[in-house]
Amino acid sequence: MDKHSNSFPISHVIGFFMSLVLTFGAAWIALQSSLSMKAVMWIIGTLAVVQAGIQLYMFMHINEGDDKVTNNINIIYSAFIAVVIVAGSIWVMTSGHSH
Amino acid sequence: MGIKWNEFFVTGDPLIFASQIGIALTLVGALAGLTYFKKWNYLWSEWFTTVDHKKIGIMYILLGVVMFLRGGIDGLMMKGQTAVPENDFLNAQHYNEVFTTHGVIMILFVAMPLLIGLMNFVIPLQIGARDVAFPQLNALSFWLTVSGAALFNISFIIGGSPDAGWTSYFPLAGKEFSPGIGNNFYAVALQIAGAGTLMTGINFVVTVLKMRTKGMTLMKMPMFTWTSFITSIIIVASFPIFTVALALMTFDRTFGTHFFTISGGGMDMLWANLFWLWGHPEVYIVVLPAFGMLSDIISTFARKTLYGYKSMVISIVMISVLSMLVWVHHFFTMGNSAGVNSFFSITTMAIAIPTGVKVFNWLFTMRKGRIKFTTAMLWALAFVPNFVIGGVTGVMLAMAAADYQYHNTLFLVAHFHYVLIPGVVFPIFAGLYFWWPKMFGYMLNEKIGKWHFWLFVVGFNVTFMPMFFLGLDGAVRRAYTYSAETGFGPLMMISAVGSVILAAGFAALVYNIYWSARHADRNIGNDPWDARTLEWATATPVQHYNFASLPEVTKLDAFWHMKKNNELQPLTEDEVEEVHLPSNTWIPIYMGVVFGISGFLLVFEWTIAAGVAALGILAGLAFRSFDYDEGFHVHKDEVFETESKWRKGANKGVKNHVS
Repeated sequence: MDKHSNSFPISHVIGFFMSLVLTFGAAWIALQSSLSMKAVMWIIGTLAVVQAGIQLYMFMHINEGDDKVTNNINIIYSAFIAVVIVAGSIWVMTSGHSH
Repeated sequence: MGIKWNEFFVTGDPLIFASQIGIALTLVGALAGLTYFKKWNYLWSEWFTTVDHKKIGIMYILLGVVMFLRGGIDGLMMKGQTAVPENDFLNAQHYNEVFTTHGVIMILFVAMPLLIGLMNFVIPLQIGARDVAFPQLNALSFWLTVSGAALFNISFIIGGSPDAGWTSYFPLAGKEFSPGIGNNFYAVALQIAGAGTLMTGINFVVTVLKMRTKGMTLMKMPMFTWTSFITSIIIVASFPIFTVALALMTFDRTFGTHFFTISGGGMDMLWANLFWLWGHPEVYIVVLPAFGMLSDIISTFARKTLYGYKSMVISIVMISVLSMLVWVHHFFTMGNSAGVNSFFSITTMAIAIPTGVKVFNWLFTMRKGRIKFTTAMLWALAFVPNFVIGGVTGVMLAMAAADYQYHNTLFLVAHFHYVLIPGVVFPIFAGLYFWWPKMFGYMLNEKIGKWHFWLFVVGFNVTFMPMFFLGLDGAVRRAYTYSAETGFGPLMMISAVGSVILAAGFAALVYNIYWSARHADRNIGNDPWDARTLEWATATPVQHYNFASLPEVTKLDAFWHMKKNNELQPLTEDEVEEVHLPSNTWIPIYMGVVFGISGFLLVFEWTIAAGVAALGILAGLAFRSFDYDEGFHVHKDEVFETESKWRKGANKGVKNHVS
């Protein structure tokens, strides 16, 4: 991605429309569909993660500049830590102890 | 809230009464001495307000050594109590307090400050920088650590020490079973010190990523810089978990919430889960920088480039990932599902792989090297076999099924002392002997150093080896006494004798510091060990701006290649540039003081007063925001004069210190 090109910012437009689709899609599933609560939570959670990815790569310039490698490793490691702490704690605290 | 004034000072125990008097006398003596010798101004302007990474590093090391004395006395008291069956030197309550403070102090106020101190001193020099990325933040980190340490240490004379173990498991650590304020000290003091550590982590991540000198790519960094960098990343990842856990503990104890109390619908084991989510990475936080120091020391004294540099880097990165995935092995006996226990057994055993790679790399570095047996190298050599004992018993403990037998016995205690003493304390001693000349301009005496080494290593093994067997025989940890019928007596006595030898070893170090400060040769040149990394390319002791012109690096072991290729040309006047440095500031020490006062009030649950004192913290932040100090410049002439002075005499008449 060239930072200083004067061409039409196509990736921003695509990102913008995808964000709109994902947001309204999530709202529609939550408000209008007749899926179970659990299914709704999983679907809108997944959409939220996809949306976060779009924000990072299409608007927040994570793949540009001198620090792009550092930024990418940083994001992946943070996601890893978050998953370990949250999912790990839930797994450990619910799978055996007092159940 | 329920705090009785007549329980403000701890009373009724002759040992504590003696230390209260001792502390009061020492304080009065220190204050009087400083005033009499008119040293207040010197202390304030040279040390208390400094932002120089070298001075901050030295102060960290001083804090670590003083705390080592305190934690060591705790250890000796425990060994004295359990030396014979049915002993009544310490009662159960006092013993509980002693093992709790021993654990907390040794990990958080000895290992951490000593390692962070050495990191502070060495890392900017190794990467050819003039300071860390955020010098003022660095000073703040230090003063918050001091603040936390001071708060934690006064607990035994004011208010009573925490007594629920260094792990402070709920429900024991909750208000219901520990109604005193001792555990408030734990929650608040560690919170303050932890904030300081977190800032250090951020500071060193940025320093290593952004401050490296020209040509030093990531894969040309000395190994100590690499391991400190990875350690800083683990700090940033794991300390926030501890912050949250301690905050929840404070809420539970002070404001009556029920995060960890079962009666109110909380989960007691969630504390253990969060504690070890931080606590296990913490083990790697202390052990990784130590590994890095050993790598640099071994390659210096084996006079070879480190074997398998790339595999070392891959190993520490693997360790940083795996360290986040093993925490449940600390509470297998909680009674988890087979799936969870098996998963964490396997990840725990997997950590032995990168660690084993590192051990073999050290051995291969030494292979066919012309090894110089300096004191620093002796520590590194002793590390390998002793640490392997700790590591192998760790693999035994990693098996969840077998752990039910070992859990909470002295076997476990012996295991983690075999990991932490050879894995952290030995390398710290090695690092102190190795970098001492860089810090102070004279070397620690090698002969006394060898006394220190042999007493400490022999004492260590005599103290902790019997505990493996005691543990297998069923001696539980944290028990203040045992009956004669158990048959533990003889081994317990051997262990107690060992601890006295261990203490004699530490005394030899203290004597060595005193002796060398008075008598050691000051003319040692800038590179007494014939070393390999950039910190040895500048003056000894290091001038306040570190480098007159920033060195350029083309290879690993940069300084070694500079020496071999005769690239060390005398500095010409036009190469010298004006050096820009940050000014001293009073804000960090001020923040340490207000954090301490506010924390103290919070410990006593005087929440309104604590809130008022906390306004002082906001005031400090506000002052910092409006502080437009741009630092100062060291003039070219001054730089040139300093440089020619040390360079001219640098290696003239220097005796060979290493045979």
